[in-house]
Amino acid sequence: MPTQTGRFGPYGGQYVPETLMAALAELESAWVEAWSDAAFQLELRAQQHAFIGRPTPLYSADRLSEEFGGARLHLKREDLCHTGAHKLNNALGQVMLARRMGKARIIAETGAGQHGVAAATACARFGLECVVFMGREDMRRQSVNVRRMRLLGAEVREVTLGTGTLKDATSEAIRDWVANVASTHYVIGSAVGPHPYPELVRELQRVIGDEARDQYLAAEGRLPDIVIACVGGGSNAIGMFTAFVGDQDVRLVGVEAAGRGVETGLHAASLTGGRPGVLHGSYSYVLQTEDGQVKPTHSISAGLDYPGVGPEHAFLRDLERVEYTAVTDAEAVAAFKLCTRLEGIIPALEPSHALARARGFAEELGPSGRILICLSGRGDKDLDSVEEFDDQH
Amino acid sequence: MTSTEARAQGSRLELTLHRPGDELALIPYTMAGYPDRSRSIEHGRAYARAGAAAIEVGVPYSDPLADGPVVQRAGQAALEVGTTLADSISIAAAIAEEGAPVVLMTYVNPILSHGAQRFATDAARAGIAGVIIPDLPAEESEPLADPLRAAGLDTIFLVAPTSPDARIRNIVQQSSGFVYCVTLAGVTGPRAELDPGLEGLLLRLLAATTLPVAAGFGIATPVHLRRLRGKADAAVVASALLARIHAGEEPLTLAEELLQACR
Ligand SMILES: Cc1ncc(COP(=O)(O)O)c(C=O)c1O
Repeated sequence: MPTQTGRFGPYGGQYVPETLMAALAELESAWVEAWSDAAFQLELRAQQHAFIGRPTPLYSADRLSEEFGGARLHLKREDLCHTGAHKLNNALGQVMLARRMGKARIIAETGAGQHGVAAATACARFGLECVVFMGREDMRRQSVNVRRMRLLGAEVREVTLGTGTLKDATSEAIRDWVANVASTHYVIGSAVGPHPYPELVRELQRVIGDEARDQYLAAEGRLPDIVIACVGGGSNAIGMFTAFVGDQDVRLVGVEAAGRGVETGLHAASLTGGRPGVLHGSYSYVLQTEDGQVKPTHSISAGLDYPGVGPEHAFLRDLERVEYTAVTDAEAVAAFKLCTRLEGIIPALEPSHALARARGFAEELGPSGRILICLSGRGDKDLDSVEEFDDQH
Repeated sequence: MTSTEARAQGSRLELTLHRPGDELALIPYTMAGYPDRSRSIEHGRAYARAGAAAIEVGVPYSDPLADGPVVQRAGQAALEVGTTLADSISIAAAIAEEGAPVVLMTYVNPILSHGAQRFATDAARAGIAGVIIPDLPAEESEPLADPLRAAGLDTIFLVAPTSPDARIRNIVQQSSGFVYCVTLAGVTGPRAELDPGLEGLLLRLLAATTLPVAAGFGIATPVHLRRLRGKADAAVVASALLARIHAGEEPLTLAEELLQACR
């Protein structure tokens, strides 16, 4: 996985304008060459340690475990990564790859702003020009991250066409790449997009699960019963799941954003409520109208507010290796508060979806159960969103 | 049916776009449903009556990755008035009645959603001559292109300034009717100047195929068209016409000026 043509079963592929095809081929060969180069791996490992702060800890959430009925909960603390989310694992690796390819300009899309901040940070670290595309609505609800990106020296371009969220920012980033393909590398922010991106992003994020599996075995002497991660485009989830996919006794659970409820149509649960189609260069599950137009989405969490999902998740769903489920805005906000009060950890709204789903599993498993959750980011960026939610409810 | 067999039968598009001497064939673009259904038909028919060689009908799409702001805005407006793929096909059919061959330009997802086989049947029944899918590179095309060819539709693939010669050879193999030459590395939208590398790209492309070559993206003025004469077989003009409509003007005036520059 993926196959030579960049497919995960029927999913994946390269549905992009012809102008980008040569760049994707160049990226693929540069990536394959770098990834098999021991010197690149060594340098990446050193940067992950000194700059990101890896390995991130595995944390036993005892008070939350007690609240949820006794099953033992562990959190993989990606919120402790530099810049506050797992996104830097990918952005740093891609910026190092871009440097190797001789690209002086980086573009990125961002929803919550976490990937934009990560890209801007990696560019500041290595002295590359950085342009981040961001929807108008997201610039409003994640204004702190807009200021961080600007401080880091990135240009933030507001995207007003379409729905003004992550989907439109991604489309605009791809258009910029079409126009500047010779000088520019596109640092895509999740395990989505045309081949080789889904594979490349997975390999850069799999450090999450590789570390967590070793840490879990060392701490507990066994593997967890269930591993849970939130799914926007699916990068923290695929990064966490990849190490466990071969462990047939470990249940893997991906949690999407149900927004106001999947039945209301106001959600962002592509695997739960969508059907196969093409979005942003790959074939996967897409929230779309009967006529094949991409639908606007809703989630309180800007990082999950996306109508598509990475093609490997579509395949893992069809294989029934991973269960995908969805959690509402209200459930995520409740879990956000609970984790903050009981553990002294303010989680981002994205992984608050995974935390919310853990309660049901904890009840199902009982006190002997073991659950590992990917805490993909910290929630300082979400205080306004949560206050706004509280005011409206 | 292979593209060679289609050529042997003589594709209508291929015959129409090969012009005598250094005459250029003009392919004006109309967006289905923009500014509304009836005017999108009227514009297409008026271009055909004025002497356009073929008409390109755009299917509006929510996320058009190859399009700049002018086409994006027109597409968004067409979607807001409820234009569907089925509407676009029927708009194309109404324009085809004027006699000039009609090519449909649509992103891949509406076709997948409609069903490739059903789309091919509907498009052929509507009298559409060929299909351009800007986010379907030749490698990914087989499951879609096969039913299109079987229904007798031409499959027009795009060559870009970044396409290496080996890719160009494969793209022209898969194409029938004509080959679409993207004049610049970028999205659609009127440009002040044509790309300085365009002549070189056209030479590479003409060396690789006997199919007519249509240049598109950025072409907006009579000066551009005069520069293309003798170097390409045809030219597609889209954003410049849509921009006139957006400004509340009659696009036929510009189409007539452009046609004059072709002959
Ligand atoms: C903290 C955090 N978690 C999760 C996500 C969702 O992305 P993905 O599904 O790629 O992990 C985001 C996206 O911005 C994020 O900021």
